Amino acid sequence: MKVLVAIKRVVDFNVKIRVRSDGSGVDTAGVKMSMNPFDEIAVEEAVRLKEAGTVSEIIAVSIGPAQCKDTLRTALAMGADQGIHIETEADLEPLAIAKILQDTAHKEDPDMIFLGKQAIDDDANQTAQMLAALLNWGQGTFASHIDFTEGAAQVVREIDGGLETIKLNLPCVISTDLRLNEPRYASLPNIMKAKKKPIQTVALEDLGLDTTPHLNVLAVEEPAQRKAGQILSSVQDLADKIKEAV
Amino acid sequence: MRTLVLAEHNNIELNPQTLNTVTCAKALGSVDILVAGKNCGDVAQACAEIEGVQTVLIADDVMLAHALAETLAPLLVSLAEHYDAILAPATSIGKNVLPRVAAVLDVQQISDICEVVNENTFKRPIYAGNAIQTVQSRDAKKIITVRTTTFEPANPTGGSATLKNIDKVDTPQLSTFVGAELSTSDRPDLASSAVIVSGGRGLGSVENFALLETLADILGGAIGASRAAVDAGFATNDHQIGQTGKVVAPDLYIAVGISGAIQHLAGMKDSRTIVAINSDPDAPIFKIADYGLVADLFDVLPELAQALKQ
Ligand SMILES: Cc1cc2nc3c(=O)[nH]c(=O)nc-3n(C[C@H](O)[C@H](O)[C@H](O)COP(=O)(O)OP(=O)(O)OC[C@H]3O[C@@H](n4cnc5c(N)ncnc54)[C@H](O)[C@@H]3O)c2cc1C
Repeated sequence: MKVLVAIKRVVDFNVKIRVRSDGSGVDTAGVKMSMNPFDEIAVEEAVRLKEAGTVSEIIAVSIGPAQCKDTLRTALAMGADQGIHIETEADLEPLAIAKILQDTAHKEDPDMIFLGKQAIDDDANQTAQMLAALLNWGQGTFASHIDFTEGAAQVVREIDGGLETIKLNLPCVISTDLRLNEPRYASLPNIMKAKKKPIQTVALEDLGLDTTPHLNVLAVEEPAQRKAGQILSSVQDLADKIKEAV
Repeated sequence: MRTLVLAEHNNIELNPQTLNTVTCAKALGSVDILVAGKNCGDVAQACAEIEGVQTVLIADDVMLAHALAETLAPLLVSLAEHYDAILAPATSIGKNVLPRVAAVLDVQQISDICEVVNENTFKRPIYAGNAIQTVQSRDAKKIITVRTTTFEPANPTGGSATLKNIDKVDTPQLSTFVGAELSTSDRPDLASSAVIVSGGRGLGSVENFALLETLADILGGAIGASRAAVDAGFATNDHQIGQTGKVVAPDLYIAVGISGAIQHLAGMKDSRTIVAINSDPDAPIFKIADYGLVADLFDVLPELAQALKQ
């Protein structure tokens, strides 16, 4: 089977972001960037399936500025076979990303597409579902376990009430949740090998897709901050405060 | 504006987060509700009693029994022409289904809104709630998921909506429900509980995690967990609070052995009173806690239970 994995370059999860004082956005200049953690889980799952012999080819796709190549190299070092970089400086919305990935899927004809369930920058949690809709494929979102049986994927999903298992016809789209696996760190030899793996670069304009934003971002502000509290000196004091609060 | 709210339910009971979503929808205009399921008549009846709801649409079909996105989304798409906005709570069902509706309608969904500024403009958290974005939609139709903790619940009684049966939409079967493993508990639901006792990696084991139950029993609270506690198997995934788990805002949140990573704070920092018990005086949780106790949780928990019982 052939798997397409979509990966996004985002501000590293460990960075405490700064909101620009003029309300125009979040300061990303000079900030550490990494692969979206959920997308690392998606890459890892594809690589494990390849190691298990279920998957024969893994293509990683990233959409964004030139530096997305670094993110693709990380995926290649983890075990993806080739990368596709759709280059653009534009800030794209999930719907636009889904349209681009739909186009990539038509060209590459994968059996499955893996995406992280949510990007930790815009927290939208939409792209996988939108892509599945545009392709008219089934969707296994928030996956914590995946099995394959005759032409179908059985996906265990993390839902609000616990876990749910669904079966999807192939091809399908899967969005990965935290408990699916623990992504590996690429070894040095694999990082070296990844430098020789192919990355194809395509300019977004050349795809002829309509990716104009549907939303105007009017402002980005700091949230209301909580006031620092009080450190208590005894369990009895704590019990009293708890009684007051309920 | 005419709005349609997707009711969240298990065919038997209405999930109360639907009520908060109705309040949000009322800020936009008139409200109809869709109840899609199998043998979901009681849920439809409950929806009809919500104050301010005009019409309850009922789609009762075996294909809709499990809220699969592949069958529910086409139904919502078929209803979309009658509405200016479709809303759902930002639950695992709402998050799963609505983007599928939005993509088919060529609408950019607005996820997890925490404020309605006007009928085109909304506020929503980004970067784990470390920034609030104000977005104005150019789409004629709005597709919205709602952060339910920031809207009051609508009054569940006093309404008298019209009930109307509608047909399901025929779709190719892309997915099948196989089964579910749902957590059962006599405790209040995490999303709506007034008190939450939440544990982290500091608890150290499943057995120790159970120490939180005594406290939750005394306070009549729900139990929550950090990602680290869930990853370690101390609690099941449905307990996870945070950026990528559940978002809660109880009257009282007690964080025990939780360091306070931004991803965790994202799910609980709107709680009214936050209490933290942690042996590390520099734990970031103390920066947002109203009351903190720097101590070993294993000493504190039994003593605290005693003191609260008095
Ligand atoms: C993509 C992504 C998504 C994430 N989503 C979430 C999310 O939704 N929710 C979430 O919670 N996290 C999330 N995280 C993880 C988050 O970054 C933290 O790793 C996690 O919250 C830490 O959990 P913790 O506080 O229980 O563990 P730790 O950070 O290890 O903290 C344990 C605390 O217990 C204290 N402690 C230890 N022993 C004792 C004792 N005997 N008595 C008192 N105190 C003690 C320690 O001092 C420490 O502060 C996410 C991370 C990523 C990368």
